[in-house]
Amino acid sequence: MSPDSGAISRDEVAHLARLARLAVTDDELDTFAGQLDVILGSVARVGEVAAEDIPPTSHAVPLENVFRPDELRPGLTQEQALAGAPAAEEGRFRVPRILGEEQ
Amino acid sequence: MSDLIRLSAAELAERIAAKEVSAVEAAQAHLDRIAAVDGAVHAFLHVGTEAALASAALVDEQIAAGQRVSALAGVPLALKDVFTTSDMPTTCGSKILEGWRPPYDATVTTRLRAAGITILGKTNMDEFAMGSSTEHSAYGPTRNPWDLSRIPGGSGGGSAAALAAFEAPLAIGTDTGGSIRQPAAVTGTVGVKPTYGGVSRYGLVACASSLDQGGPCARTVLDAALLHEVIGGHDPLDSTSIDAPVPSVVEAARLGASGDLSGLRVGVVKELGGEGYQPGVRASFDEGLQRLEKLGAEIVEVSCPHFEYGMAAYYLILPSEVSSNLARFDAMRYGLRVQEGASAEEVMALTREAGFGPEVKRRIILGTYALSSGYYDAYYGQAQKVRTLISRDFAAAFAKADVLVSPTAPTTAFPIGEKVDDPLAMYLNDLATIPTNLAGVAGMSVPSGLAAEDGLPVGLQIMAPALGEAVMYRVGAAFEASRVADEGLLIAPEVAK
Amino acid sequence: MSTLVDYPSVVERYEPTLGLEVHVELSTNTKMFCGCPTTFGAEPNTQVCPTCLGLPGSLPVVNRTAVESAIRIGLALNCSIAPWGRFARKNYFYPDMPKNFQTSQYDEPICVDGYMDVTLDDGTVVRVGIERAHMEEDTGKSLHVGGATGRIHGADYSLLDYNRAGVPLIEIVTKMIPDTGGRAPEVARAYVTQLRDLISSLGVSDVRMDQGSMRCDVNLSLSPAGSGVLGTRTETKNVNSLRSVERAVRYEMSRQAGVLDAGGEIVQETRHFEEQSGTTRAGRRKETSEDYRYFPEPDLVPIAPSAEWVEELRGTLPEKPWERRARIQQAWGLSDEELRDLVNAGALDLIEATVAAGAPAGEARSWWVAYLAQQANSRSVELAELPITPAQVARVIALVAAGDLNNKLARQVVDGVLAGEGEPDAVVESRGLKVVSDDGALIAAVDEALAAQPDVADKIRSGKVQAAGAIVGAVMKATKGQADAKRVRELIIERCG
Repeated sequence: MSPDSGAISRDEVAHLARLARLAVTDDELDTFAGQLDVILGSVARVGEVAAEDIPPTSHAVPLENVFRPDELRPGLTQEQALAGAPAAEEGRFRVPRILGEEQ
Repeated sequence: MSDLIRLSAAELAERIAAKEVSAVEAAQAHLDRIAAVDGAVHAFLHVGTEAALASAALVDEQIAAGQRVSALAGVPLALKDVFTTSDMPTTCGSKILEGWRPPYDATVTTRLRAAGITILGKTNMDEFAMGSSTEHSAYGPTRNPWDLSRIPGGSGGGSAAALAAFEAPLAIGTDTGGSIRQPAAVTGTVGVKPTYGGVSRYGLVACASSLDQGGPCARTVLDAALLHEVIGGHDPLDSTSIDAPVPSVVEAARLGASGDLSGLRVGVVKELGGEGYQPGVRASFDEGLQRLEKLGAEIVEVSCPHFEYGMAAYYLILPSEVSSNLARFDAMRYGLRVQEGASAEEVMALTREAGFGPEVKRRIILGTYALSSGYYDAYYGQAQKVRTLISRDFAAAFAKADVLVSPTAPTTAFPIGEKVDDPLAMYLNDLATIPTNLAGVAGMSVPSGLAAEDGLPVGLQIMAPALGEAVMYRVGAAFEASRVADEGLLIAPEVAK
Repeated sequence: MSTLVDYPSVVERYEPTLGLEVHVELSTNTKMFCGCPTTFGAEPNTQVCPTCLGLPGSLPVVNRTAVESAIRIGLALNCSIAPWGRFARKNYFYPDMPKNFQTSQYDEPICVDGYMDVTLDDGTVVRVGIERAHMEEDTGKSLHVGGATGRIHGADYSLLDYNRAGVPLIEIVTKMIPDTGGRAPEVARAYVTQLRDLISSLGVSDVRMDQGSMRCDVNLSLSPAGSGVLGTRTETKNVNSLRSVERAVRYEMSRQAGVLDAGGEIVQETRHFEEQSGTTRAGRRKETSEDYRYFPEPDLVPIAPSAEWVEELRGTLPEKPWERRARIQQAWGLSDEELRDLVNAGALDLIEATVAAGAPAGEARSWWVAYLAQQANSRSVELAELPITPAQVARVIALVAAGDLNNKLARQVVDGVLAGEGEPDAVVESRGLKVVSDDGALIAAVDEALAAQPDVADKIRSGKVQAAGAIVGAVMKATKGQADAKRVRELIIERCG
């Protein structure tokens, strides 16, 4: 799969959906693949700009060295933290069993 | 329509401060208006009646006690549902956050409250601020008060529609690629995207972090300026917020209202406003240029050759940042949880599938692609370079002109349903507004009139250098004063009754 | 399954290449990106805020002290400090990460290209290259419920506590360490030990492997001897002690040799060290290798430490622990073995502090390694935990030198201090332990003793001065040991003419 072709296959979309934790349906896969193909074809033209020695911009306004002192700031109570939790137990967020390993 | 709701924010604030009208009366009048028309307009997702009246009552108490109150105290406002509010739900127009009550207020929310502004409720938006029509809201579209069968623009269609329907004299939106300005243009209202970093993003649920910016929306330039000074300014909780005083936009707006723009150079961006722009939009723009000249401005042509790559760069950078920003919505700590899965991974995937709409999913997938190893350099990396080129184009243009102008959007409000299934067609709505977000400079839309072919509002976009909002407001105010003197205030006929 | 190969055989036929990644948890007051406390042991989810919980709308702000600590660690490791660099997002989904990305550093780490000279027990020095050191944030903690051993496999569900999420971590990565041969396990252990001491001396972390404030991952590959071809490496996690570091390396070498001998291939994978058996087992296989889709963190701005700031921090670096030991060894004239004994007894710092308080080195040393070490042993505590300070020990030594105490009395004074009776002088006072230096009193005691033992007195008079010992003993007994034995002997001789 090369960036030049701008073509994105159904399989590729399925792979990306998995990476992004989206359980897309088969219909969606078909629709998205087609739409993304068109979009990619359009956005790929950023490659037309010869930009070897152009530095990238990640921030519009050039700020640097923004820090805060190592001082305490009031946070949330346990109740507030858990307020929106789908499930909680003993002051902790309860989540279904995790298949993957910690990184 | 009650008289109170016809007033501008500045007028209303004066009356409240002079005790001619109470803040509670003002709030009630707008709540009544919402009750009367919002069934049709659907600008609001949540109306916080009790809290609004309580907030207004407090302002009345302070005024009665002779305490000094701020310039907009007691004035009602509609807040885009992308800012966290601890006393109201924050849904971002998405099912995945249906009913979510944040445990904290956004800095913008805090500043509005501190100014005694009455927050009436949260307004509808394209889901997670992705869209140009508010049709991608999970809670149904908002309708344009100018023609209820048409879109109000997006992503902040709710805020703009609330203003155009006189449900509130003030609103707050966010602008990532035009989401304040384009709705302003198609609803005949005023919308401002401040310099990136000019308004705190703490509590603004992120879409594209390097592009998002909260901004003031109103029916007049002065009102927008007054609101701008309330919400703007440094926030230590936002590392990207600029540590500089808010530009003196109120002063600039008042100065501009005198109508004299002699000595100012207005740059017309060659690349914005040609092909792909509706004839009535172009015509309105040309009239606008004539008006500016009449006011004493010198019109110059500038070229920003890399603007044509803006859309492509934007639709790479935004989805990339979105794919990362929206990863936190995983059913583990808050929000929707679809219970069917057996494992955490399954629950995450099923919840996100059920909770996100198609536009959000498209952009997440696209962004995941653009950032993946092997593709980063060609897509995201390259887009960031285009961004630099666009910034340089602006810098060169601002050396020749004090402000730049263009039509805000290529078309007037299109019918609901017309573009919703054609992503690329929808993206084209942001052609003229995207470059300002990429470069982080300031931009605003002011009404320039109605398009001849459909009688729908058209907006004039005015752009200024970073932290250069003052000159932008001055030009906007001058233009507005002149146009209103000639043509009167723009009031949507459907809801004028 | 391949069998383990006998270690000497492994070493004969394969060359190991070692790599070590150490994560250090900083002991700052607050987290990396927010003002929540970092103290250990609080109730779950009571040290959290919107930022470290990753709530929608929250934003990070960098902890300045964490940056200073990172720079100091880099300087202590002879790294170059990057004059400009950014944080990056490492994107992957896991419930212990509230944002489902970790804010870390990717291709712009703050410290690069350093080294540490590691001294092995026999004096061999190995220069370990440091590839990089960078800043990142820690994850929350999960409890797995329902499985047999509280481990993740077989659990029914998990409980998440985010108190630890956002605590600052510094990740230190060595360059590949080749040519260690059979000493690889020893080198690994020595490196981690020495790194721990170095970081401890900076005062930036508790560096306790048993508490998780220092974590080590071991990377190892084997290549057939003389082939010059690098093998495939494995990464072993869950290495929770210095001894485990050594064991893990040794085991992996044998295991990999076994696989290779059998004609198999080493799988590039993450393995887990099993403390009980001293073995490593494969982690869960992933479908695809993780693509972290790194991109610069848009919510933060670059870190650009000025040369001045870096030099200022360089000035705060203490003497390196091994340089200090070398200096002390020379100053005190210790043999390598003597030095090692002192270090192992944890006595070095205490002795040095006692010397700094004015005591001669030999005296200081002898007190700490003999009497005080005994006291510590009998109380089952570390030397450093004895309730006596180096300043107090120095005072006792000074009192002996001044003749106010003899060694026996001095021990009683020390006992008094240990018993909490106060400062040495106060104990001397309250217990009446001062050496009797009043000749008058001593003469009286001497005369009495001589009179009580006339035959001994005669012997002394006839020139057998050794006989004086019995009289000395009697006088010491009579004065409860508070006489200066030497003076007593002089007086006896005098009195006997």
